[in-house]
Amino acid sequence: MKIGVCVKQVPAKDAPLAIIEGGAWIRESDIGFETNEPDGFALEEALRLKEKHGGEVVAVSMGPERAKQTIKEALAKGADRGIHVADAEFYKLDPLGSARSLAAAIKNENFDLILTGLQSDDQGFGQTGVLLAELLGRPHATIIMQIDVTDGRMKLKRELEAGWFQWVELPLPAVLSIQSGINKPRYATLKGIMAAKKKEIATVERASLGVADAPTQRVERIYVPQKTKKTEFIAGQPKEIAAKLIEKLRHEARVL
Amino acid sequence: MKILLITEQREGNWNKVSFETLAAAQQIAQQTKGTLAGLVIGKGVAALAAELSAYQLDEVLLVEHDLLEKYTPDGFSLALRQVIESAKPDLVLLPHTYQVRDFAPKLAASMNKGMIGDCIAYRYENGKLVFVRQMFQGRTAADVVFAGEAPWVASFQAGAFRADLAAKHASGKAPVKSLSVNLNPEQIRTKPLELFREAKQAVDLTQAPILISVGRGIKAPENLALAEKLAKLMGGEICASRPICDEGWLPMDRQIGSSGQTVAPKLYFALGISGAIQHVVGMKGSRTIAAINKDQNAPIFEVADYGVVGDLFEIVPALIEELEKSKAG
Repeated sequence: MKIGVCVKQVPAKDAPLAIIEGGAWIRESDIGFETNEPDGFALEEALRLKEKHGGEVVAVSMGPERAKQTIKEALAKGADRGIHVADAEFYKLDPLGSARSLAAAIKNENFDLILTGLQSDDQGFGQTGVLLAELLGRPHATIIMQIDVTDGRMKLKRELEAGWFQWVELPLPAVLSIQSGINKPRYATLKGIMAAKKKEIATVERASLGVADAPTQRVERIYVPQKTKKTEFIAGQPKEIAAKLIEKLRHEARVL
Repeated sequence: MKILLITEQREGNWNKVSFETLAAAQQIAQQTKGTLAGLVIGKGVAALAAELSAYQLDEVLLVEHDLLEKYTPDGFSLALRQVIESAKPDLVLLPHTYQVRDFAPKLAASMNKGMIGDCIAYRYENGKLVFVRQMFQGRTAADVVFAGEAPWVASFQAGAFRADLAAKHASGKAPVKSLSVNLNPEQIRTKPLELFREAKQAVDLTQAPILISVGRGIKAPENLALAEKLAKLMGGEICASRPICDEGWLPMDRQIGSSGQTVAPKLYFALGISGAIQHVVGMKGSRTIAAINKDQNAPIFEVADYGVVGDLFEIVPALIEELEKSKAG
């Protein structure tokens, strides 16, 4: 089975976020980046499917030069090769523009299965998988908690809301968005890290893909949200904080 | 502006977020001096259309077909595209449910349109709609506008609007119009099978007056004992954000958030929870929210009444000591 897995590089979870003047994006210069956590579950699922059914796992990432690091990490964990769709200003793309670019870059790979994480921890559009399926003419399913492949068909466990699940069947080729928590992603081994150095990363300039620049939506401004509630912060030594907080919960909020 | 609201039901039961989006849609229709149609899609759902017609709407559209009895992304996208192409709305609004996430981007893309998903608010400024959505897990907000021609597709997050503010029809009932759609079985590539629930709900967290909730900041399963002790002293139940249940440190039925339970206790005490939107939608209705987090910019403080920026491993033991002291005294 030939599996493509979309991995995105996003600001590290604990990175202090500063917004650039004009609010177009965040200041990238002083922060660390990491693989989008939900995509780690998709990668792990791809590796497990390969281990079970054979084939190849290709890690695909769109972003500036730094995104290659996320591909390298995927290679170190066991992906066979990578495709880097290079665009220094890819954050300007709307969800459909992103998906069109990715679709154009991977169309000729003819993957049997494409996996994505549920959403990215930066922009959080949560649309890439569904859009890739539509653009590549494949069926899809999202929020997947289990994948069983037999004879070119998949039986999938989809998570619904409030504790409900559903089994669905899909033919291959297809696109799936993986729910976080479906598996326990592996760590890269030293051997894997060494082996990754010999693996191929093909770079495709996004601008060379011929995807029309026709945004359907535009982010006007990113900003720190105004608080809807006034938070009373309690400071001091732990003992003082504890005494004050319990006093407030008892006599001000009257909930204890 | 001509607005189409697409409601959601499963097996004849409403997804109640539909009515929150209805309230938003009514408000936008009023501000833009537009019209609003509400759509019910499925099979054997005429009763729901009748129920919807009691609300302030210009009309209710009923779309029924054998192939729409069970949800499939192909069936719903194909049917709704036909409705949109004939009704020609400017704006299509949906509740941002798991099902909507599954088909609405596809529906929009099939018309070469984009979708602004998971909005928490909107503004109507100078004749233009500006949608507000969260980025960076709720640490920033973003103003987003549509570019290009209508129809535009947008969805609103659960909890963004109040369902009880959805206005009833002023003079009786909105007319219900049945629309037929053409669908063939071979167009539907997904085969939907049975729905099921995994764990029986051992605890009903929705009934607990006090909830002590733990997130990533608890660091290791052995530290849960600390939160459990606090819960016991406060007379509450313990619950968690998704990563904790994903790790198996607490059972799934203790999970609060969009994929777990929605709660509104008297006191919600968040320990080491950053407050990603998926969690906050499940608890923001709580009467009082207290939070301890080491990051002063954690979005949980957006909704907290009382906040402590600090190390929960120092503060929780102090709280336990304080509560034990007052119990003894």
